[in-house]
Amino acid sequence: MFLVCGCIPESFGGHYRVTVDPAKLLIACEEPASAAILVVRGGTIKRNELMPQLFHRSANSAARISILAVVILATLGLTVVFGGVRSPNFTNQYLIRNQPIQFSHKHHVGDDGIDCRYCHTSVEVSATAGIPPTRTCMNCHSVLYNNVGYLAPVRESYSTDTSIQWVKVHRLADYVYFNHSIHVNKGIGCSTCHGQVNQMPLMFQANTLQMQWCLDCHRNPEQNLREKKDIFNMDWKPGPDQAEKGKLLAAQYNIRGVRELTSCSTCHR
Amino acid sequence: MNQREFMDEHNHEHHHVQERGELRILSARAGADVAAEAPLAKHALDLAAVRGKLQARAGKQYWRTLEELAEDPHFTELLQREFPRQAPSEWDEGVDRRDFLKLMAASLAFAGLSGCGVPPRENVVPYVKQPEGLVLGKPLFFATVMPFGADAIGLLVESHEGRPTKIEGNPDHPSSLGGTNAFAQASVLDLYDPDRAQLTTNFGDMRSWSQFLDSAQAAAAAIKSTEGAGFRILTGTITSPLLAEEIQGLLKLYPKAKWHQWEPAVSDGGREGAKLAFGRYLNTVYRVEKADVILSLDSDFLAMGPGNVRYMKEFFRRRKLTGPDGEMNRLYVVEPTPTVTGATADHRLPLRASDVELFARALAAKLGLGGGASLPGAEKWIAAVAADLQKHRGSSLVVAGEQQGAEVHALAHAINAALGNSGVTVYQTEPVEAQPVNHLQSITELCADMDAGKVDTLIIFGTNPIYTAPHDFDFATKITKVRNTIRVSTHFDETAEYSQWHIAESHFLETWGDARAFDGTLSVIQPLIAPLYATHSAREVLAAFSDKPGVSDYDALRDRLKAANSGADFEKFWRKTLNDGVVANSAFTPVAGAAKFSADSLPPAKTIPADQLEFIFRPDPSIYDGRFANNGWLQELPKPVTKLVWDNAALVSSKTSEKLDLAHKAASRGGEHGQIYSPVVDVSLSNSKVTAAAWTLPGQADGVVVLPLGYGRTHAGYTGTNRGFNAYAVRVSSALFTATGGTLKKTDAEYSLACTQYHFNMEGRKILASGTLEEYKKNPNFAHEEDEQPDKSVSLYKPQDFPYAPDKPAWAMAIDLSSCNGCNACVVACQSENNIPVVGKDQVMRGREMHWIRIDRYYTHTPSETDGGHSGDPSEYSPALDNPETFFQPVPCQQCENAPCEQVCPVGATVHSSEGLNDMVYNRCIGTRYCSNNCPYKVRRFNFLRFQDWETPQFKLLRNPEVTVRSRGVMEKCTYCVQRISNVRIEAEKQNRAIRDGEIVTACESACPAEAIVFGDQNDPNSRVSKLKAQQRNYTILGELNARPRTTYLAAVRNPNPEMEKA
Repeated sequence: MFLVCGCIPESFGGHYRVTVDPAKLLIACEEPASAAILVVRGGTIKRNELMPQLFHRSANSAARISILAVVILATLGLTVVFGGVRSPNFTNQYLIRNQPIQFSHKHHVGDDGIDCRYCHTSVEVSATAGIPPTRTCMNCHSVLYNNVGYLAPVRESYSTDTSIQWVKVHRLADYVYFNHSIHVNKGIGCSTCHGQVNQMPLMFQANTLQMQWCLDCHRNPEQNLREKKDIFNMDWKPGPDQAEKGKLLAAQYNIRGVRELTSCSTCHR
Repeated sequence: MNQREFMDEHNHEHHHVQERGELRILSARAGADVAAEAPLAKHALDLAAVRGKLQARAGKQYWRTLEELAEDPHFTELLQREFPRQAPSEWDEGVDRRDFLKLMAASLAFAGLSGCGVPPRENVVPYVKQPEGLVLGKPLFFATVMPFGADAIGLLVESHEGRPTKIEGNPDHPSSLGGTNAFAQASVLDLYDPDRAQLTTNFGDMRSWSQFLDSAQAAAAAIKSTEGAGFRILTGTITSPLLAEEIQGLLKLYPKAKWHQWEPAVSDGGREGAKLAFGRYLNTVYRVEKADVILSLDSDFLAMGPGNVRYMKEFFRRRKLTGPDGEMNRLYVVEPTPTVTGATADHRLPLRASDVELFARALAAKLGLGGGASLPGAEKWIAAVAADLQKHRGSSLVVAGEQQGAEVHALAHAINAALGNSGVTVYQTEPVEAQPVNHLQSITELCADMDAGKVDTLIIFGTNPIYTAPHDFDFATKITKVRNTIRVSTHFDETAEYSQWHIAESHFLETWGDARAFDGTLSVIQPLIAPLYATHSAREVLAAFSDKPGVSDYDALRDRLKAANSGADFEKFWRKTLNDGVVANSAFTPVAGAAKFSADSLPPAKTIPADQLEFIFRPDPSIYDGRFANNGWLQELPKPVTKLVWDNAALVSSKTSEKLDLAHKAASRGGEHGQIYSPVVDVSLSNSKVTAAAWTLPGQADGVVVLPLGYGRTHAGYTGTNRGFNAYAVRVSSALFTATGGTLKKTDAEYSLACTQYHFNMEGRKILASGTLEEYKKNPNFAHEEDEQPDKSVSLYKPQDFPYAPDKPAWAMAIDLSSCNGCNACVVACQSENNIPVVGKDQVMRGREMHWIRIDRYYTHTPSETDGGHSGDPSEYSPALDNPETFFQPVPCQQCENAPCEQVCPVGATVHSSEGLNDMVYNRCIGTRYCSNNCPYKVRRFNFLRFQDWETPQFKLLRNPEVTVRSRGVMEKCTYCVQRISNVRIEAEKQNRAIRDGEIVTACESACPAEAIVFGDQNDPNSRVSKLKAQQRNYTILGELNARPRTTYLAAVRNPNPEMEKA
């Protein structure tokens, strides 16, 4: 009923009696002798001055508010949807995974000062940085902490020749062909994407890894360029002169232009 | 007949399968008139109309199919639709509106959901001990060889974390020089074939390898006691010294044992011809690069037979023109049925296979080698060829065909010797085969022994005699008299059915071994992966019967090489050999001694009356003798000349077709096309019968029926079983390659063939340009006559949208049509590199094959003033139908600068890259197919269904990880192998340098044995592609559309003999 009234212009309200036949779902009106007949969805609306107003005047405000409400709700809904897919709930940003071995980058990188490349050997030459084979762990742990309980899975993996099944933390869509080597060779440091790994007792994803985030940098790489010596420096932060320095570095590294860096085939094949 | 009935016709219900391995034909009813409501329309080809049209035309004309030539209105309709006009009709019943609405409602309801969900949880599984030299994410390449007949093709195999995924040619190997052929490219699919036999069986029951070893050793003891009197080994051609040594060892151990060989698709002519000419079996090697004039006597040396990849390289290196002052070699081909070699020829003479010998005799007589024979009707041709050969003494070459008899080979040797070519363009070496024998004689002896009950133990590998042995030998009956048959094969095939033991054989990418190439070069077969299943090599099986069972292939190979190379630092030698893929300096040295043969010594030639049909047996260009029958890539590969897929057909000439009323009918259903109804014929030959579909082939010699081998297999596997008809069923030992006395009778039934030459037709001007060398010299701009070049500034793009920087690379491709002979290597290479799915015959018949690069076949003919026009009389010789010039044009995505496809994509899934690539972003594509509708080149392929098999575990190993996965509803196309571009660009950028010319090699370019495809940067004036594009021969297809494609073509130039024109 409300909707029917909402759909009929206000001026009609004083002059027409509108009835609804629920059985036929027809809108029917009665008519004084002289009036024209309006046909609405198979029904008729006829003039009838004897009929009192069916709705109170406040129904008009309700109709207006309801239209406004629809707009607001839609906006809210879209905000929730678009915000949602960008939220950590959806992107898994900041999510700490339960790993088979609670490996601490904070300890190995931050405390011991082991270089990233000791384990992630192919980061400078290949698309993938590489997850170290168990043997790399055993290089040290055959001597250090060689009988502590929480390293048992490492020893077991080594002795039974079965891989450790790490849970993937940084996952890109399959249709994205990210290449580590070109980034670290062109002045993008590890921490730009992976965050300050030396302060992560357990690894989590520091950025959204969404296309928007990739493009932010591909459209303006200068903001993140650092010198070669700082690539593996986890504590590097852009200084106040980054804008200037970035331009110089971009020239030095021969960074391709924005048009090249944002061509689809740069990342998709 | 409604559609349901029609579908049933297809789905085996009304099939009558006549005999084992015979053609599955439609019942006669299918050929009946189709009722008005049926969606299928058939239209018969009218050859008389074709002749009529030919008569009326003047000037050079190109056509792809006979229907096109006839300007069939039906064909014109097909031309205007690339894809079916309606949504794909996968339902048997017509879908009514209600069903449609239901589906749409459900689709809409779920469409939004498909994008939802959190990323799946995935594990990272590192190595425990990472292999040395392996960098994750970087493929490794290993050198190996693919043994094939009396040759071995050198390969570099790409391996991703231990999975061989892609075959490339080995530039250091003499039989490859960096090129490959379609067989080699497709061999990686054979490795992952899920139908492969996976274990050892005894009468079909699973057995362990040690059980087999025990049984073999027990048998060996019994064999020893009889000195091997009942012990036989049957193999194909073997060029592996290691395998031969193992067999010879057994023969020494058991002196009465025998080794038989049977290679079905190669005749004994080559061997026996050498014996006639030189007194013993010798191997013949050609130096095609040194020949100015080449005559092929029914030899498809560019695509089949030992050394074909190398010969193709060498041949086309002599056809590269840099300008009008260039020189080319000249090729004459005499052949019964068009092959890729014949299609390349400057002059081609269709002759019946039996007349090729007469031709050779007449030519020998003309050259003064005695014999005094002549071939009526071809005298002028012979005189012109003889004169040309004589003019190029010492730089000419005569090549005899693999399926021709000893006399033709002997005559070729004699002619080469007389022309002073021996030692220059051709030389002889010791046989490459480990033990050359007359194969027919060899298998005849074996059959006699089996029949007499003399054979007790028989080992069979490398050949499939139950399927391929001559029909009159009745191998299947005789083999049952053998007590113990051991079959070693990759599949549980026809012969395995009749064997006690079946040993699953390892693929060549899984075993250690060795093989000799066509020139004797020895190479090591290096495995890329450990056997996927419990498989073993033939050598291991042989060793099981020896006194040293259990020696691994690796040890045996190293021992053999150590013994052959004593003294040198073996480990160093071994590493170098594995790295290079060849044993250095192992090619055979030429054997001295000229051919001692005179045509006078030949007995009088047999002639076949002109009214008799001649049936010839030829290996299929895609699946060879049947060994590749279960390879989906090869089955779906359009055969170079006929463009048929998934089937073979009895090929007849247009005249024979008219006489016997064998014209086919093109069918179409809502714009789907590619299904051709062919009349079914009964072939009665040599006391046997086979039912085949007929196919009319322009350019075939009259009165010749080609029965291609390799089809009609009963135990090939899921892909290859029961496809086409089995030509072996009518092949007898007395007529292995050429048979007469048979009949061909048309039946009322029809069979649907899938032919891709009806797909992706382009309409407009200047699709193919061709001319002769003489025309080219006279008018270097001949390719641009009637060219309409629109103003370059006219563009739908705003200029600032695409400021292609002149100092940045602009990727482009040039395809030299002079060098393309349609061999198909690029098509399979592309399929392998880009994970392109196989769609199956039914989908091909709907025009949905997925090949990103297709090869269009064009026929052409210029009516000359001298041929006097055509009367329309069917018996009259009309070169346009009976011997048209043939051209091939590979068509990948043209990567247009003004790409029409990009303008119409509503979601921006296809856009330009800064380097001019027409990028295809699969994850954005929603499948509207607007792009495809707007593509004038018809190079876009749509995934109507989920064609890719994602479940079969073996296929997961096969895939190239560098390429995006495409699912149903996504458009895909060639991207110039953007993954290769990206990888090279990244390496170059890391080194802060520009990308070098030739550093990026697309898959098609790398596979092409003719070096016809060149990819590079057109902004670099010194790049190979820029130099080609700078030639006047360079033209764009449909240039008048101003799409400005980056792929351009160089007009085909042929080098006909001007004397011949006068002749």
